[in-house]
Amino acid sequence: MTWTWLIGAVLFLILAPLAGGLIAGIDRKITARMQGRVGPPLLQPFYDVGKLFEKESVVVTTAQNFYILAYLIFIALSGALFFAGGDLLLVVFAFTLAHVFLVLGAYAVHSPYSHIGAERELIQLMAYEPMIILAVVGFYMVTNSFLVADIAVASVPLILYLPGVFLGFVTILTIKLRKSPFDISTSHHAHQEIVKGITTEFSGSTLAQVEIAHWYENIFLLGFIYLFFAWNPAIGIVAIVVTYLAEIFVDNVTARVRWQAALKSGWLAAVLGIVNLTILAYILGYMMTGGA
Amino acid sequence: MAFLKRSPWILHYDASSCNGCDIEVLACLTPLYDVERFGIINTGNPKHADILLITGGINAQNREVVKNIYEQIPEPKVVIAVGACAATGGVFRECYNIVGGIDKVIPVDVYVPGCAARPEQIIDGVVTALSILEEKRAKMTGAARMKDEVRHAEQAGEST
Repeated sequence: MTWTWLIGAVLFLILAPLAGGLIAGIDRKITARMQGRVGPPLLQPFYDVGKLFEKESVVVTTAQNFYILAYLIFIALSGALFFAGGDLLLVVFAFTLAHVFLVLGAYAVHSPYSHIGAERELIQLMAYEPMIILAVVGFYMVTNSFLVADIAVASVPLILYLPGVFLGFVTILTIKLRKSPFDISTSHHAHQEIVKGITTEFSGSTLAQVEIAHWYENIFLLGFIYLFFAWNPAIGIVAIVVTYLAEIFVDNVTARVRWQAALKSGWLAAVLGIVNLTILAYILGYMMTGGA
Repeated sequence: MAFLKRSPWILHYDASSCNGCDIEVLACLTPLYDVERFGIINTGNPKHADILLITGGINAQNREVVKNIYEQIPEPKVVIAVGACAATGGVFRECYNIVGGIDKVIPVDVYVPGCAARPEQIIDGVVTALSILEEKRAKMTGAARMKDEVRHAEQAGEST
């Protein structure tokens, strides 16, 4: 029993890049179909990363490679902790630290595009961080535990207690998946704006590491979605699929917003979460006192 | 492994073209031609690019820009000159400010003819460039391996 947590972590470390890359491939295919195109092969993200490892390594400052490696390691670590059933607070803090390393990596070089990307990444951090913490607090209020292992086996449907938190989380998920309208830091589809934002100065194997970290991150976030529906695994998986398809749809029908709007949206989501938690606290308190 | 051929990222630069070829280049991205089928992505960042696709005959002002962009692209890389102007200067050849062809400034691997070049021809040019790209990669890894062998041989020589 004590070793089961290790299995989750190891499985995540091995399978998440494969699943993440596959999901990215499906994402690109569906996006292409939505635009009336044929789209790239399903395994295109793997070809891209394989290609990046074949390229010459161009390094501006050696520190940037160190920061990106730290980014990859901490993203993988936070995901592994999550799938090992660890403490959600620790997971969220490791996750945040990972992004701080990404920002530091972008600041280590002297490109103005890289710096604008790094600033926007910090703004994104400010936008989504409150909502992630609120989601964790919401899980605790319902299940009385911060451990993923306990939350995942909760017999109550968390989504019914936390609908506002879920909606808020889905909103900031768009920021986390680097999708339009909030793809302000990497400028994924609009390279004329800030070249490539935070990844401008990363090339070759360093860029490949950023990409692999993003796959890890996506799987972790989809796991987070699952927790809301954990009382019924089938519904949980359907919820993940529906949420991701909705994200792709939103990505395709919206234009990128300014950073102010991204920040407001993130905090509006947090307000939604706070309202949800306040009502929940009132109801739980009422139930505990037996309606007296 | 030949991942490079399956994932060529293109940087498109307009070196004082009349915009005719540029519109045809962008037409390649539309649903009708959809070059993303071949894993081709239009990137704006030279450090992420594998193929430099240039239109126009280069003028005195963007000569340095073209050189700068070319140098920023990590190896292996190929250059495709799209259109008559990119090959020779075209109708602008006699202009006082036109350098007259991309190959006057940087080495070109593939020339795509036409005024303006048709999207089919541009895609054909890119596909031709892919095999050159693969050749360059093989040469690059081969050179790196030879360098390693020489170094190992030297180290072995020192130790004995």
